[in-house]
Amino acid sequence: MSFAFPNFRAARKLLSIRGGVHPNDQKILSSESAIEQMPLPNLLRIPLQQHIGALAEPVVAKGDIVDKGQLLAVGQGSVSASIHAPTSGLIVAISRFVAPHPSGLPVPTITLRPDREERWTDLPSPLDLEKSTPEEIAKRVASAGIVGMGGATFPSSVKLNLRNRFKLETLIINAAECEPYLTCDDRLLRERSADVADGIAFMARALDINKIIIGIEENKPDAIAAMSKAVEGVLANVQIVAIPTRYPMGSEKHLVQVLTGQETPARGLTADIGIIVHNGATAYAIHKAARFGHPLISRILTVSGRAVKRPANVEVLIGTPIVDIITHCGGLVGTPSRLLLGGPMMGQPIANTRSPVVKGSNGILALSHNETRRDEIMPCIRCGNCVNACPSGLTPLDMNARIRNEELDSAVDIGLLDCVSCGACSYACPSNIPLVQSFNYAKGKLIVQQRTKQRQEETKRLAKQRNDRMERIAAAKREAMARRKAEKAAKLKKHTPEKEIAPPSSSSPLIAAPNKSAEPLEASVEPLITEAAQ
Amino acid sequence: MNSQSLVCGPHAHSMTSISNVMMLVILALLPTTLFGLYVFGWPAIFLFLVTIVSALFFEAICLAIAQKSITRYLFDGSALLTGWLVAMTLPPWAPWWIGVLGSGIAIIIGKHLYGGLGQNPFNPAMVARIMLLISFPLHMTTWIMPAPLLSDGAPGIIEGFTITFFGDAKFDAISQASVLDYVSAELGRSRTLESILPETFSYLNLTLGQVPGCIGETSALLILIGGVMLLITRTITWHIPVSLIVTTIVLASICNILDPNRYPDAVFHLTSGSLIFCAFFIATDYVTSPTAPTAQLVYGVGIALLTFVIRTWAAFPEGVGFAILFMNACTPLIDHFIRPRVFGRNRSGKPLLTNTGGK
Ligand code: SF4
Ligand code: SF4
Repeated sequence: MSFAFPNFRAARKLLSIRGGVHPNDQKILSSESAIEQMPLPNLLRIPLQQHIGALAEPVVAKGDIVDKGQLLAVGQGSVSASIHAPTSGLIVAISRFVAPHPSGLPVPTITLRPDREERWTDLPSPLDLEKSTPEEIAKRVASAGIVGMGGATFPSSVKLNLRNRFKLETLIINAAECEPYLTCDDRLLRERSADVADGIAFMARALDINKIIIGIEENKPDAIAAMSKAVEGVLANVQIVAIPTRYPMGSEKHLVQVLTGQETPARGLTADIGIIVHNGATAYAIHKAARFGHPLISRILTVSGRAVKRPANVEVLIGTPIVDIITHCGGLVGTPSRLLLGGPMMGQPIANTRSPVVKGSNGILALSHNETRRDEIMPCIRCGNCVNACPSGLTPLDMNARIRNEELDSAVDIGLLDCVSCGACSYACPSNIPLVQSFNYAKGKLIVQQRTKQRQEETKRLAKQRNDRMERIAAAKREAMARRKAEKAAKLKKHTPEKEIAPPSSSSPLIAAPNKSAEPLEASVEPLITEAAQ
Repeated sequence: MNSQSLVCGPHAHSMTSISNVMMLVILALLPTTLFGLYVFGWPAIFLFLVTIVSALFFEAICLAIAQKSITRYLFDGSALLTGWLVAMTLPPWAPWWIGVLGSGIAIIIGKHLYGGLGQNPFNPAMVARIMLLISFPLHMTTWIMPAPLLSDGAPGIIEGFTITFFGDAKFDAISQASVLDYVSAELGRSRTLESILPETFSYLNLTLGQVPGCIGETSALLILIGGVMLLITRTITWHIPVSLIVTTIVLASICNILDPNRYPDAVFHLTSGSLIFCAFFIATDYVTSPTAPTAQLVYGVGIALLTFVIRTWAAFPEGVGFAILFMNACTPLIDHFIRPRVFGRNRSGKPLLTNTGGK
């Protein structure tokens, strides 16, 4: 099914993805409430890790007074993002605090008490779409700390720079929003479509691409209409495509397949086939960074579920405690059966409501008892629902059986690493078997195994180096001994006394250059974290 | 598993459950069941009830022995369905102990000996049917002409009770061979089909079910309605029944064209005996059939081939039961070798090649 306005190239017949499920989308709960601004909370907790990659390094200290938008922590390494002050105020602590993660383990966090002055720092000057170079735009995106806002939290600038390594042809904007309940992208596209279109224009310029496809699920006709209007005159070669409503349509590689018919090779990137995928909300963040110099300090998220009093779409500052947001939405109705950060398919239970929202948080859900899955687990009846639901063509029942037998390698043989953790299999299983949980457990275990193996190999290599060195020293000693003997013998022959002993030659292996070929420890750990379906 | 480990995604669920699925199958069985009970009268009703009650009884005993939760498993619908399917495949006026024995074989040997729900390699109902057929060929092939409930000459409730529980010679007079048995026997006496068929065979009767046969397998039309219900409710996919039926049609037609006097045509194959019933209700049994679509096609074709071969050239006129058990045994193999193609990989599991590639 396709949706095309007369002045756009007629949309091709869409290819369907295999598998997928049709959850009740429940978007009506919040899809008609306009984005509202959340008032300033009393405290902001800003974790130093809100992205894939290394922890950001703080550049402020306890007791500092900071301005809104001021840099708080610098991204470390190639895949990391900087963090900025969401508002002006006082840094009251830099310490560990519960992270919005199911483990509830604390991570280093900056605590900021807003002074309610909203005093902006000196912002970089606005960029001009026509005049700025791709490098400038990518740099601006990096310095604004923008990450993939669909939940994958991969630094966006790194993706924009892929043009240096790949021949890119198409930019796809992922506005599928296939997770049930979530409506924040829908609202964003409807209310701020011009800004999103502008952000897309900047992305296209940074990537040096002029073919753009915007994919929106067909259950959001208003967003499709709004975007179609907004791109007029702003973007040249653009297609807005209504994609079938099916979970996990927003999974990056599957979306690419639906929109272009091209299948991304396993373990590869979409860039391998010339395609870059960015999220709609990321485009909006890039617009703010380019036009106003604003860093990423706020985001829009959906608060929904039948256990929340007033479902809404709220624009909140990064670091706002979850409990404040729920209170802003009228609080809870009864005791929710599940409290989640993210959508019901891939979201994570919230261990502590005092933990803050981060750059990748797209929803807070309070699900009542009859909105969640039951929990008694029955034996697998081999019904094949999971096989039919899997968008990646896997056999979840077999993978699960192998993992339960601790045969991780044989689970990998049948595609464990191609699993995108979308949860469609568990959703469809009549026996309620926690399939994804088992796959995530196995993937985690594989990473640990690989690390251990690398560490062992490293130890072995070092031990071998040491042995070799000892060996060489011993050899050198033997050699020297032999030479001395020979010299002695010669002396005896000549009867000429000589005291000097030959020093070990400078080319002796004893002081050979240290082995420089030590491999980087982490190099071969395959990135197992998958691009999240948004 | 404790409840803590269960808090894992996805938090939404399709809300299907094993009992839902089993109930859908039973619902699809209802048309042919009710019709069968109607045309074969009280003895069939008693036999049906005895079979189902004993299936639940054996299930409860097995669960107790295996120390599994009776409340959780007894009412998941699986034992009810197994008993139901066993009853469907029995001759309508068979004595009560055939039903009890059938359920016992299905539940104890067919299911729990292998570890219970989801573990059995063979379809329990088929195991029961074949074992009964081999052990009690006479009882299992004594068919009667349909005598609908309340019609003249049909046994009343008391007589029905007597037939099922004490056996009654009075009614032996009207017992008949099934169409398949008859044709097979007469062909053995080197008669041609042309002369045999009119004596016993009417397409209309076979389709509507006005023929001797098992309780649940007489009306091809009602079975088809049940099958369509299964497809519509997505309880099964089309792969197994369609591949099974199409293969049968193709094979039968080819042979029929080559020698119409020896080989009956496709409609005969489809409407007589339990082929259609098995195609929708037995071959599609989740536990014992392959899970991936392509594998299911192979499985369906295999059953059809074997059934045709057994029916045509071997001693047993009703080959579909053996064919299913044989293909059940092949299921793990088929499942192992025929998997869906993984996204981003070719059939042999290698990543696809990139067409534009890196710079
Ligand atoms: S959906 Fe569940 S019960 Fe069905 S085959 Fe998969 S794991 Fe087994
Ligand atoms: S979680 Fe993995 S195995 Fe399950 S449906 Fe998604 S990709 Fe397939």
